[in-house]
Amino acid sequence: MRIRLQHRTAYIYDDPAGAVIQVFRRTPRNYDGQHVRHWRVDIDQDVQMQTIEDAFGNIVNSLSFTRPLDDLSITVQGEVETREIHGVVRGAIERFPAGLYLRETHLTQPDGALRKFARDSAGAGEPLERLHKLLAALHTDMECDPKAPELPATKALAAERGTANDMAQVFITAARSLDIPARFIAGYLLHGEANKYSASVHAWAEAFVPSIGWIGFDPVEGISPSESHVRVSMALDHLGAAPLRGTAQGHLEERLEVTVLAEHADHAGFRQQQQ
Amino acid sequence: MAFDEMYAADGSVRPPYAGVAKWLAGVNPEQLERRRLEAELFYRRGGITFAVYGDTQGEERIIPFDIIPRILSSTEWAKLSKGLEQRVRALNLYLADIYGKQTAVKAGIVPEDLVWRNPAYRPEMAGVAVPHGVYVHIAGIDIVRIDGDDFYVLEDNARTPSGVSYMLGGREICFRLMADLYGAHKVAPVDNYPDELVSMLRSVAPRGVDNPSVALLTPGQFNSAYYEHSFLADKMGVELVEGRDLFVKDANVYKRTTEGPKKVDVLYRRVDDDFIDPLAFRPDSMLGVPGLFGAYTAGNVTLANAVGTGAADDKAIYTYMPEIVKFFLSEEPILKNVPTWRCRDPKELSHVLDHLPELVVKEVHGSGGYGMLVGPQSTKSEIEDFRARLKANPETYIAQPTLALSTCPSFVASGVAPRHVDLRPFVLTGANGMKIVPGGLTRVAMREGSLVVNSSQGGGTKDTWVVDL
Repeated sequence: MRIRLQHRTAYIYDDPAGAVIQVFRRTPRNYDGQHVRHWRVDIDQDVQMQTIEDAFGNIVNSLSFTRPLDDLSITVQGEVETREIHGVVRGAIERFPAGLYLRETHLTQPDGALRKFARDSAGAGEPLERLHKLLAALHTDMECDPKAPELPATKALAAERGTANDMAQVFITAARSLDIPARFIAGYLLHGEANKYSASVHAWAEAFVPSIGWIGFDPVEGISPSESHVRVSMALDHLGAAPLRGTAQGHLEERLEVTVLAEHADHAGFRQQQQ
Repeated sequence: MAFDEMYAADGSVRPPYAGVAKWLAGVNPEQLERRRLEAELFYRRGGITFAVYGDTQGEERIIPFDIIPRILSSTEWAKLSKGLEQRVRALNLYLADIYGKQTAVKAGIVPEDLVWRNPAYRPEMAGVAVPHGVYVHIAGIDIVRIDGDDFYVLEDNARTPSGVSYMLGGREICFRLMADLYGAHKVAPVDNYPDELVSMLRSVAPRGVDNPSVALLTPGQFNSAYYEHSFLADKMGVELVEGRDLFVKDANVYKRTTEGPKKVDVLYRRVDDDFIDPLAFRPDSMLGVPGLFGAYTAGNVTLANAVGTGAADDKAIYTYMPEIVKFFLSEEPILKNVPTWRCRDPKELSHVLDHLPELVVKEVHGSGGYGMLVGPQSTKSEIEDFRARLKANPETYIAQPTLALSTCPSFVASGVAPRHVDLRPFVLTGANGMKIVPGGLTRVAMREGSLVVNSSQGGGTKDTWVVDL
C-alpha cells in the first residue's frame, strides 16, 4: 500500500518566545515492512536544521532559535510504501541486543498491580501466545482516549484509559515484567477507506521472541501492525521515541495545531490525482 | 586488631610516622584543642559546609576536621598511584567498550543484564564518539588498608566525585596551623590540583578548538557540594554557571554575558546525567540546558565526566573489576578488591543470609553510606528488618566482610586515639595522559570503633601527606 502523509505542527506564541528549541523524530526509515519512497522536512522559518542519527537509529532533527519568534511550523511529508508482514519486524536498524529492551525507565516501572495484570493476562505457555493474550487483555481492559493526560504506565493501567502512547507503554512494561524484551514505536496509522483516508499520530509496541525476532503489537487496535501502520521511531519509552520535544523560554502562551493528512496512493488513485 | 598506620604490632613506630610520633610526644591536649578550634573557625569562615541529606533540620554543618595528618611514604604512594592509574585506565576502556564494540559482554566478562539493565547505563551514549576517548576525566577511588602491604579498592566513583575541596582545605589548614610539624616533613604538594584540573579540562576540548573556554556547571546553591563547585571554579579561574546561564544554538553551547553570547567548549559538570538536558533525559529537569546533549553528541562541547559513566562504578560491576582489568589491559590488578558476595547469585545469597551479623551489606546503587547494614553494629531487629529487604530484592545488594579498616592517630574528646580511615585520591585523565596529585581526601570515622567514614554519617576528614623519608 502506498501512503502519502503530511504532518504539520504549528506553534503560535502569544508573546514572542525567547529561546525555542525543537527536537523531532519524524522521518521513517526502511525495513521489510515499508519502503520510504520520498520524505522531506519543511520549516517555515529561516533556521539551520541539525540532523543526526540517535543511538537507536532514529533520525533526529533539531532547530534552535535565539531571536523572538511569533510562530513556527514544522511540516514533514512524503510517501511510504508498506506491505503486510504479519507483525514480524525484519530488516530494521538494530543497534542493541534484545536484552537492552528489558530496561525499566521512569515511565515504564511496573508496580504490583501491573505485574499481576501481566501475569494474569499472559498466563502460561509459549512467549508468542502469552504476548497475544496480553495484547487482547489490554485492548479489552483499557479504553483508548486520545485526550487522556499522558501518564506513567502504572497510572494509565489503573485509570483503565489512556492515549495510544499510554497503552503502548503499559504493554511494554507488562512484557518486560514477564522478562520479554519490549520497545516503544511511534508512527502513523491510516484510517478509513478509498477516497476518505485520514491518518493519526500513533504508537504501538514491539516485543522480542527468540525463535522469531521482533514482533509488533498494537494495543489500541488489538492486532499486530498492518499495512496501515507507518513505523517512524523506536526507543525504550515514548519520551525516547518522541515525535517532538521542545522548550521555549519566556512567559508565553503556546497554541499548538497539529494536522495529519493522508492519502492512499495506490496506482490508480495516484494517477487520478495527477490528472 | 586493625592495622594501625602509626604503631606496628610490636609497639614500635612505623617509619612514615616517626615525625608525627615525636611531635605528639611534645604537645599537650590543651594545645591540640586550641588548634582544633582554630581549624574549625577556619572552616566556618571559609563557609566550607556540607548539607546532610535526610537531616530534618536541613541545616548545613561543618565536617569535623582532625588536625593530625595521615602519613603515607612516597614508596607506598608510588605503588598506590600505579594501581590507581591502572584501575582508571580499565574503567575508561570498559566504558568505551559498553558504549562501543561490546566485546566484554560478548566475551562473558560481565553478565549481559548488569550492562544493559544497569540503571546508570545510558543507551543514548552508544556510538557517541567522546573527545579523545576519555569518559572518566575525574575519578575518586576509595581506598582502604587492612595491612601494611596492600591497598584495597572499596568503591570506584566515576560520576561526579566530590570532596577534593576538603583535600585542599585540609592542606591549607595544616600549612597554617601545623607549621612546626609540616616544616619537619618533605610533604608532596597538592595545591596544584586546580591547575592540573583546568589543564586536563582544556586538553579534552573538541578537536580544532584553539583556546578552549571552560566552565563549571553546578546544580546551584541548594546542592550539598555547592561550596566545592564555587571553590573549584574560583581556583581554576573559570566561570561557575547554572543551567539557566547557558543556551544552545545550532548545536553549540553559549554562555549569556553582558557582552553577548560566549561559546563554551568544555563543561566540568557537577549535574547528574538525569538532569543535564530536559530534551534528552528527564523532561521535568530545571537544572540542565535544553539541547546540551545534542551539542555534546555533535562533538561541539565536551562534558566531563562523560554521560553514562555510572555504568562502570556501581557495586555490582565493582565485583567484576579484577576481570575487567585483566581483560582490557592484560595485566594483573595492582589494587585488590574487597572480597564481595553477589546477592544476585542464590548460593552467595544463602551464605550472606547465614552470616548477616558479621557482614556489611550494601545497595548496589546506593552511595553515601545510606541504606546499608553493618552487621556487627546492628541490633537483632535491625538485622531482621534488613533480612526481609534483602530477600525481597537480592539482586540489588552485595555483601562484604566487616573489614578492619586501618587506623590512624586522631584527636578526639578523650585525647589522641586510633580511628578508622579510608582514602579518596582523585585521578585526572585527559588527552595527555593521567595525573594524580599525591594524597587525597582521608575520611575518618570519629566515633570509637565506627567503620562508617561517610560525612553524611558523622565522619570527619584529615589532611593526607605523602612524604619523602
